[in-house]
Amino acid sequence: MSRAALVWTRRRRALAGYARAFAGNRGGMAGLAVLVLIALTALSAPLFIDDAALSLTGAEGGRFQPPGPDYPLGTDAFGRSVLDLVVWGTRISLTVGFLAAFVSVALGTLIGVVAGHFGGWTGNVLMRVTDWFAVLPALVMAVALAAVMTRSTLTIIIAIGVTAWPTTARVVRAQTLAVEARPFIERARALGGGHAHVMLRHVLPNVMPVVLAQTTLLVAEAILMEATLAFLGLGDPGTISWGGIIQEARNAGAISSGIWWYMVPPGIAIAVVALSFTMCGRALEGVLNPRLRERP
Amino acid sequence: MKPTRPTNPGAAGEPSADVRETGPPGGGAERPGAAGPGGAAGSAEHYLEVADLSVAYRTAGGEIPAVRGVSFGLEPGSKLGVAGESGCGKSTVALALLRLLPASARISGRVLLEGEDVLAMRWGRLRAVRWAGASIVFQGAMHSLNPVHRIGDQIAEPLLLHDRAGPAQARARVAELLEQVGLPAWRARSYPHELSGGQRQRAMIAMALACRPRLIIADEPTTALDVMIQAQILRLIDELVTDLGISMLMISHDLTVLADTCDRLAVMYAGRIVEEGPADDVFAAARHPYGAALSAAFPRVGDPSSRRAPRGLPGDPPDPAALPSGCAFRPRCPEVQERCAEVDPVLWPAGPRRSAACVRVLSPEQARAAGVPPAPAEEAGTGPAAEGEPRADRDPQAAARPQPQPEEM
Amino acid sequence: MDTASRAPAGRTAAGPPRRGRPGLHPAVRYLGGRVITALVSLLAVMVTSFFLFRVLPGDPVAALTQGRAVSVDQLEAMRRDFGLDQPLPQQFLDYCLGMLTLDFGMSYEYRVPVSELIAERIGPTLLLAGTGTVLAAMLGLALGTRAGWRRGSLMDRVDTGLALTLWSVPSFWLGLLLIVLLASGAGLFPTSGMSTPGVEGAFNVALDVAHHMVLPVATMVAVVYAQYMMIMRSSVLDEKGADYLTTARAKGLRDAAVLRRHAVPNALLPTVTLIFLNLGRVVSGVILIETVFAWPGLGSLFYSGLRVPDLPIVQALFVVFAGSVIVMNLLADLVYPLLDPRVRT
Repeated sequence: MSRAALVWTRRRRALAGYARAFAGNRGGMAGLAVLVLIALTALSAPLFIDDAALSLTGAEGGRFQPPGPDYPLGTDAFGRSVLDLVVWGTRISLTVGFLAAFVSVALGTLIGVVAGHFGGWTGNVLMRVTDWFAVLPALVMAVALAAVMTRSTLTIIIAIGVTAWPTTARVVRAQTLAVEARPFIERARALGGGHAHVMLRHVLPNVMPVVLAQTTLLVAEAILMEATLAFLGLGDPGTISWGGIIQEARNAGAISSGIWWYMVPPGIAIAVVALSFTMCGRALEGVLNPRLRERP
Repeated sequence: MKPTRPTNPGAAGEPSADVRETGPPGGGAERPGAAGPGGAAGSAEHYLEVADLSVAYRTAGGEIPAVRGVSFGLEPGSKLGVAGESGCGKSTVALALLRLLPASARISGRVLLEGEDVLAMRWGRLRAVRWAGASIVFQGAMHSLNPVHRIGDQIAEPLLLHDRAGPAQARARVAELLEQVGLPAWRARSYPHELSGGQRQRAMIAMALACRPRLIIADEPTTALDVMIQAQILRLIDELVTDLGISMLMISHDLTVLADTCDRLAVMYAGRIVEEGPADDVFAAARHPYGAALSAAFPRVGDPSSRRAPRGLPGDPPDPAALPSGCAFRPRCPEVQERCAEVDPVLWPAGPRRSAACVRVLSPEQARAAGVPPAPAEEAGTGPAAEGEPRADRDPQAAARPQPQPEEM
Repeated sequence: MDTASRAPAGRTAAGPPRRGRPGLHPAVRYLGGRVITALVSLLAVMVTSFFLFRVLPGDPVAALTQGRAVSVDQLEAMRRDFGLDQPLPQQFLDYCLGMLTLDFGMSYEYRVPVSELIAERIGPTLLLAGTGTVLAAMLGLALGTRAGWRRGSLMDRVDTGLALTLWSVPSFWLGLLLIVLLASGAGLFPTSGMSTPGVEGAFNVALDVAHHMVLPVATMVAVVYAQYMMIMRSSVLDEKGADYLTTARAKGLRDAAVLRRHAVPNALLPTVTLIFLNLGRVVSGVILIETVFAWPGLGSLFYSGLRVPDLPIVQALFVVFAGSVIVMNLLADLVYPLLDPRVRT
């Protein structure tokens, strides 16, 4: 067996072990099941919801119709079905959540690996910058960014991605330092591996599991942040998002007139998705960090 | 309750009463059972008696045995050393004596402290016995002392708890204890990190002495220290224990440490005592091949025999979850025989006041009586290789006289 | 070894070596270092605030007024008001000098100095955030300790599950829900604001404010305590296997005393730092909660400043919010030595 194949086998075996441990975590599995369900709903939403039902003018229902046989969750101020809105909102929430988490994890991983690998002056400066970013209140920063840039989904993704990376950078740096202390890095260097080679071929694959867990947790935060920004009126006015629905409900006076079906469902949707991601992330963390795992 | 017990927190107010109460070593008193629960102060033969102690850890993959039927006794004022490699179960024994093992541990057997079974005690009684009846000097005092509390407060804690001492009384006693272990009294105000390793261990000893226990369990008390400090600490423990007439159970992987300090030695392997006897005899001429390997691994300073090259033992201790059949030491034993795979050896008499769990200590008659197959050499009829013979030069009476072994019964 | 080698004089003397050994450097250097770090961070925040609203995509006035009908004259007036007709270095200099003298400029909307607005609004925010944080920290620490010590028990699972669920709930939504259920619905609590006009007497005013505070504080605690709890839980878990706890048990202490006297003081060390580091979330939480409950604090000022848009207000509050987190971190560094003797020397 070649060395590469050997390495591959070892990694596959490790992955299988992780998968088994994850399967043993009930919370993580429940979270995963819910997420799969929600993702399928989001993907298939266009099949059973047509654009007209979501447009401000084309909706057929009456204003603020309470839940009933036609509209299981009632209608909003424009006669649209709240259920349709919430289902449709899944799409933007998941998109923003994943992309923003991806942006911040990519940034955090890059900075973390570089800081851990080079150490010394470079590493110190990078970690100082990280520490300082960690101090900035993420919401204030995201609000400021979203306020000065064009109001669009992309802006929200960037605003969240740019503010959420310091945690990832710290975690990844710590992991990089741990990986680089292992003998095979020494060997790779002795064999003439350059910085890029060591970082890409050796450090990165070993850091990935931790990054994965981190990403999952960040998606939850990103979804919450997206809802918050949309609620503050900083989202793309043309898209339907959970935070946006709540804002509309509030502006339409749903709070004071007791039209609970307008604002309750989107909030529950946010909580369920965020909780599912958190459960998955914690389960992953537990699997990958044996110190946290339940003792046998 | 037992008002006469000196270790009872209510009765321990009178200083040093319990210390002087140590019975005559080896004094022939009644068996603990005969003494009755109320008569514990009448002193059993053994201050501590451990019978068939077993500990298993419950894991996802079933129970893993850590200690498999250990028995020993400790007379008042005597010192027993327990030796063995890491993982042989010796620290588990130490913690099991006061039921300090994690909840996943299942303990069986009996641990009689002054005739009272620790394993059957109610929690309240157990807490009263802890530290006041038997205290522990833990290994690596850095981690065994709480980093955020002052040394003095940590020493005073059991005083306030068990002796119901007032703050001033406790402070005076702390100063006295610190002086006893060779630390200046102002050290009471220091934090653990401000002390050197040796000083921390001294503080730990002072803490162990606080409630004037009659038994001290020293779990690798010198392991983390460098050699010079190690010798100082050992001398200190030895002096204090002897002066105060305290019984001691000392646990170490280092046979020399134990041979220098203790009266008797027990060697543990794979959760069992495989050899037991007077310290000097066991150290000089172990009857069990594992004991022999251990003593060879740690030559005693000044011992002419230590000039022989120390003999290392190949291999590692067995995985407790998958012990070999027969003798657990078989895979590593330099003198392994065929029958070792069939016989699970128990402690057999192996000389005056000695015993060993090795088929080689049995005479052919004893072997027959114990149901052990004969040695291969015996069948061939070659005299010199026969059991007991090669060892006769070290201990002439060993094979000839079967010895009583009270602890094992 | 460490102490023995550096304090031989102390050992021969009658007393311990005084903390104030020649120079007394360690403590001063520690504090000095932290203060300087905090100042550097503050400076960086000021710089960020300046460039964030100016340099990003071109014209802040255009960016802040997008989607609104604004005449060219109004734009010009805004530019002049902000000093945006000046060259950038000059603007930056003015801005920095202003910040140093706590002069954050004039609010575009209210036509009063921003510093006055902040002074007026900071009290309610401190009241709300302070009460909420203290309650959340107490609840979180108590529940986290309990959950960590009895890890895997039913109680741990319920507490952890509830905490994670509440953490996943958006705070603004929870606030709105409470308003719907308890304020506009049941009428138990006021829906917004901090006080009812016309209430007289110190005691009645205090009672009135407390009444107004119930829902905002409850919302804040519900959303924030989870992180304190999870931090404390994992720190207790970390300490759980510590050798000194075995010592404490061997001494005959009750389980509760082992936890309270030995495990908790050690588990608090990492927790306190992390709690202070997480105060950024408190700031965010305050903005949202003040917005939802129309609490007259800095958060609602920030929100309304964003909507107007009122650049001086937003810019100044950005510095205030980030600065408060920096100050809290500094406080954490100063509090830490009081808890951990190892850092003190």
